[in-house]
Amino acid sequence: MNLEEKFQSKVDQEIKIEPKDWMPDAYRKTLIRQISQHAHSEIVGMLPEGNWITRAPSLRRKVGLIAKVQDEAGHGLYLYAAAETLGVERNTLFEQLHDGSAKYSSIFNYPTLSWADIGSIGWLVDGAAIMNQVPLCRCSFGPYARAMVRVCKEESFHQRQGFEILLALSKGTEAQKAMLQESVNRWWWPSMMMFGPSDADSPHTARSMKWKIKRFTNDELRQKFVDVCYEQAKVLNVTLPDPDIKWNEERGHFDYGEINWDEFWDVVKGNGPCNKQRIATRVKAHEEGAWVREAAMAYAEKQEQRKNKVA
Amino acid sequence: MKNWPLYEIFIRSKQGLHHKHVGSLHATDSTMAMENARDVYTRRQEGVSIWVVESKHITASNPDDSEELFDPAADKVYRHPTFYDLPDELKHM
Repeated sequence: MNLEEKFQSKVDQEIKIEPKDWMPDAYRKTLIRQISQHAHSEIVGMLPEGNWITRAPSLRRKVGLIAKVQDEAGHGLYLYAAAETLGVERNTLFEQLHDGSAKYSSIFNYPTLSWADIGSIGWLVDGAAIMNQVPLCRCSFGPYARAMVRVCKEESFHQRQGFEILLALSKGTEAQKAMLQESVNRWWWPSMMMFGPSDADSPHTARSMKWKIKRFTNDELRQKFVDVCYEQAKVLNVTLPDPDIKWNEERGHFDYGEINWDEFWDVVKGNGPCNKQRIATRVKAHEEGAWVREAAMAYAEKQEQRKNKVA
Repeated sequence: MKNWPLYEIFIRSKQGLHHKHVGSLHATDSTMAMENARDVYTRRQEGVSIWVVESKHITASNPDDSEELFDPAADKVYRHPTFYDLPDELKHM
């Protein structure tokens, strides 16, 4: 067996690949791209939610939201660390995010206009993320799989937190019910897009499945999401904004309408409602924090010198 | 600017258990690594004790040496209790 065959045989036997093991260059590159994109999504994902921390309607909601945003930062850190085990530097990853050469989930390029949006993000966006992330706990690359176990444990609090927000609105005044429906109307389709292009337009799916980076195709996950959300929407008494959703006895799944792929690609290319704002906020925070990073390093070096002098 | 040094984080989840590797993070020194490890890895009572070790101080075995390091143990079944034949009437041994 050559190196590549040995590698594939380990993957086929469900033996995890660890950072120092031999791996094909394309496997390494695919993982760096996917894990860093995932990390960036967690970090940028803090921005639309952070927007509502100061205006959360109660202390209960505020502590929940703060804890959630803090978790997103933690998820970003687990994932950056997993990507770095593949030999890429943290600063390089930041540069790629800031100069636009790395992507993050398009969902975060939509604005959070009402308080209900914080609930919708928890229910739909985190719900879709969980669909994607649970199979990643079994990814063939050890550090990514382990990071995802940690992420998934925390993610279920996020979804319940969001659902509870929406549930409260669903039992509220007419205005609150309207706010809930309006928010779900805006978040449903972008959440459906989170699973990525349909299988026919996803050229790398077959290879990622062979390498067991991916366990399900985009369309398989999207279908699971629709099936689950349909029932949950009933509990909230909201209508999913897709007139074509209906039970298909033959398939044993819900059918759903056509996704607006032009919108999807447009947002991916940088033309969504908030793309520029999100990156500008990230870059500003990074640049304005530069002196803090430098000062902390200088302080640590000085402490080290002082210690050596005493010794 | 240069990356801050990388630290490996080990957590003891409760008294009586080993510290276990949970991940890594960047920090300027071990004090900051400790503070950050607490925030990143123990937000939900995952630990009662933390070790931080700068990654460059860890010497790891090379996967290429795995065969010579670990395979010799495979044919030493006599190191295991089940290798030894004892009569059934002998209980608790």
